[in-house]
Amino acid sequence: MSEMNGFDEERIGRLLRLLPPAPEGWVRAAQELPAARAALDELVVRAEQDATFRLQLQADLERAVAAAGYEPSPFIVSRLRQLLRTD
Amino acid sequence: MERFSRYVYAICGRGFRLAQHDAEDVFQEVFARAFERLSELRSDEAVRPWLAQLTRRLCIDKLRLLARDTPSDAEPDEREVDDLLATLDEAMTVRAALDNVGDPCREILDRFFCRDESYRTIGDVLSMPAGTIASRISRCLEKLRSEFDGRNQGSRPS
Repeated sequence: MSEMNGFDEERIGRLLRLLPPAPEGWVRAAQELPAARAALDELVVRAEQDATFRLQLQADLERAVAAAGYEPSPFIVSRLRQLLRTD
Repeated sequence: MERFSRYVYAICGRGFRLAQHDAEDVFQEVFARAFERLSELRSDEAVRPWLAQLTRRLCIDKLRLLARDTPSDAEPDEREVDDLLATLDEAMTVRAALDNVGDPCREILDRFFCRDESYRTIGDVLSMPAGTIASRISRCLEKLRSEFDGRNQGSRPS
């Protein structure tokens, strides 16, 4: 194999192997984060203004999020849990 | 996003050997923070080191959190992580060259090296005889190396 700058084809192959694709579901979830963040902001505002909704979140977070018309994604659920714990 | 997702994934998995579900937590947290800072991080040159440091910090936080429940000495050596990040930076440079090489070479090399697919699978997906895949890989590697060398020479001071 030819070699130049210490990067022969074998080494290039080895370097390529170091970067397999991340699982599709992870990438999709990450791409949806900006929309999820906007939804989270709306849910937080609503929880601050609506005591009943806040109680529903504390009782069953996923169900309350879904009932409010949002997808209870792992991102939204974990962030809301954190926020409810710190209050 | 696609390219950087590979980078972050590699740091979590190869660098810190996190279990899949822990790696996923870190992965999502990295991109959640990255989207918040997107407007400040305009170039690849700025994004890559920022992502590397953030991922590294979050992986260490995750390992420390896990060690609270199950004490272990799983935290990797700092120098090992530095070495891995340097190697991953080289891999990202090769990856950028691969994107420039274009298809079908980009797809053939990605499937063979990054996705670990067999000649038969690659041939089936790309409608090429499986017997020609090895020689195509060889030619594509040569093309990629030329692209890579061209980039390196272009970035070298004269």
